[in-house]
Amino acid sequence: MAEKDKRPIPLEFEKPLELLRQQIERLKDQLSNQPELEGDVERLEEQYTRLQKSLYSNLKPLDHLAIARHPHRPYTRDYFDRWDPDWVELHGDRKGADDDAMVCGLLRLDNDMKVIAVGTQKGRSLRDKQQCNFGMPQPEGYRKALRVFKHADKFDLPVVTLIDTPGAYPGLTAEEHNQAEAIAVNLLELSGLRVPVVSIVTGEGGSGGALAIGVANRILMLEHSVYSVISPEGCASILWKTKDRAMEAAQAMRITAREILELGVIDGVIDEPLGGAHQNPDVTAATAKGVIIAQLRELKQLSGDDVRKDRQRKFRAIGAFKE
Amino acid sequence: MDLKDWFASRQKRRENENSAPKPLPASDDVCALWKQCFQCREMLYVRDLRTNMSVCPKCKYHFRIGADERVDQLADENTFQELDANMTSSDPLGFVDVDSYSNKQKDAERKTGLKDAILTGLCKLNGKPLALGIMDFAYFGGSMGSVVGEKVTRLIEKAIENRMPVVIISSSGGARMQEGLISLMQLAKTSSALKSLADAKLLYISILCEPTFGGVTASFAMLGDVIIAEPGARIGFAGRRVIEETIRQKLPADFQTAEYLLKHGQVDMVVDRLKLKETIGNLMEFHQAPSPSDSSSSKKKHQDKVGSKS
Repeated sequence: MAEKDKRPIPLEFEKPLELLRQQIERLKDQLSNQPELEGDVERLEEQYTRLQKSLYSNLKPLDHLAIARHPHRPYTRDYFDRWDPDWVELHGDRKGADDDAMVCGLLRLDNDMKVIAVGTQKGRSLRDKQQCNFGMPQPEGYRKALRVFKHADKFDLPVVTLIDTPGAYPGLTAEEHNQAEAIAVNLLELSGLRVPVVSIVTGEGGSGGALAIGVANRILMLEHSVYSVISPEGCASILWKTKDRAMEAAQAMRITAREILELGVIDGVIDEPLGGAHQNPDVTAATAKGVIIAQLRELKQLSGDDVRKDRQRKFRAIGAFKE
Repeated sequence: MDLKDWFASRQKRRENENSAPKPLPASDDVCALWKQCFQCREMLYVRDLRTNMSVCPKCKYHFRIGADERVDQLADENTFQELDANMTSSDPLGFVDVDSYSNKQKDAERKTGLKDAILTGLCKLNGKPLALGIMDFAYFGGSMGSVVGEKVTRLIEKAIENRMPVVIISSSGGARMQEGLISLMQLAKTSSALKSLADAKLLYISILCEPTFGGVTASFAMLGDVIIAEPGARIGFAGRRVIEETIRQKLPADFQTAEYLLKHGQVDMVVDRLKLKETIGNLMEFHQAPSPSDSSSSKKKHQDKVGSKS
């Protein structure tokens, strides 16, 4: 995707930073007339980094959510393009549709590491967004992913999935085409694959629509990504009867990467550059790629049966109950 | 109060009344002896309604019913053996909204006599063994958290172990928010168990009742080899209101009803509650593997024969 028009978009909690940045820029403009200001600029820049570090070490759940939804956040195609500039896209569910919210392709991550990659895709420009339905797949998108999962199984290729979706699309035709069944079948079939599956939540992990490509041997989350059973807004409007309590809902549901790691649902958190993945998509993509390769090398030691058992055992063990 | 509000609150009151199936009233509790049909407004004598399986004799409206009543309707008398009766959620998040989840659980248990939203067990239906799971909407809107996920999974494992078919009757608002992502993962856990059931070539009949939505439809409820819906039941992935807000248009009146789903190829049949047992029995019989190819069941038959001789 073209890296044009990347004017910074400060988030709500970044407002103090933004003020400082404007101040620095104003001073910089005056530097040619008043070179003695150089020291001030340096001091302010130091202050900027310190402030940024302190802001980013005290993030609230909704701040993470805001970063995960940042308009400049790298999307699935941004990762695929960086991982393998020559990747080959596979289109369509073979049944009558090609959902742009779900991207599938053949990627070479390394000389000896060919994978089938699948991910939900949000759009960048308005037209893009509409084309991708804001990252919310229709049943056809999940069926497209399923076709590609089966392809991977047939040719013994590992699967990598990237999750960044507000959820499965809640629409009239989506219901008529059985959104629920499309998700359920993916859960069932993914659990039975005889090839390794690694999933990364790169932005928003929105409920069943995310899990439908997330039944993996290893689940990882980017530092500022979120994963939840329902959006904080949705949860708030049901339990508190108002969307304004999303903050509390987000806190109560524990949606951030670190909290979910503590819950034992995921296997690791991937660090992002200071200020979020969008500050340096190249570094983020490279780090994520390194983690995937390492995980897949480990999983490749297992036989087809064992890799399937490993995945089934992982989900079999999740639950919190007493008897 | 505006007249519209008055109607809305009356409607709400009626819905609330209806959502919690009550135990049979004590004989001195005269008012509770009658119930008004939610659909045709006919006054119904509760005992008659109960003998008619909680289906309105006049308009066929299917009342929401509890898991116990379902057992009586489906299992052969005194054959139901409950599994995992004492399992409860351990509140992994320490979840608090306007009240704490653990308090709400206690409340729900007190009001419904249930420990969670599903009853599972082994029973016989027309003399044939069956693994039966029944969700109960009265407890937390039938939502699926750790307990529902675990009990469904164990039920399926038990069925594989004993080579019996599985029937699950669903009625649920979806995944339980109070257990966060752990609830979501129950979708994968139950679906994965069903993969093993399918590999074992055992029959799974899914029965969808008013209402079945969200995480439950997006996992075990929609994965039946045969899917049956009760008349009038509302079934879907997203709720009607969410869809209307998203697409900004009115939905057809019969949208997401059992009959609508039948028309759109999502369920195999819509079956009257009064015919449900017969239908399940027939499906079980039809899908039963011929005994010579199945060594364990033929051995059992042999043993039975020996037993009957002596």
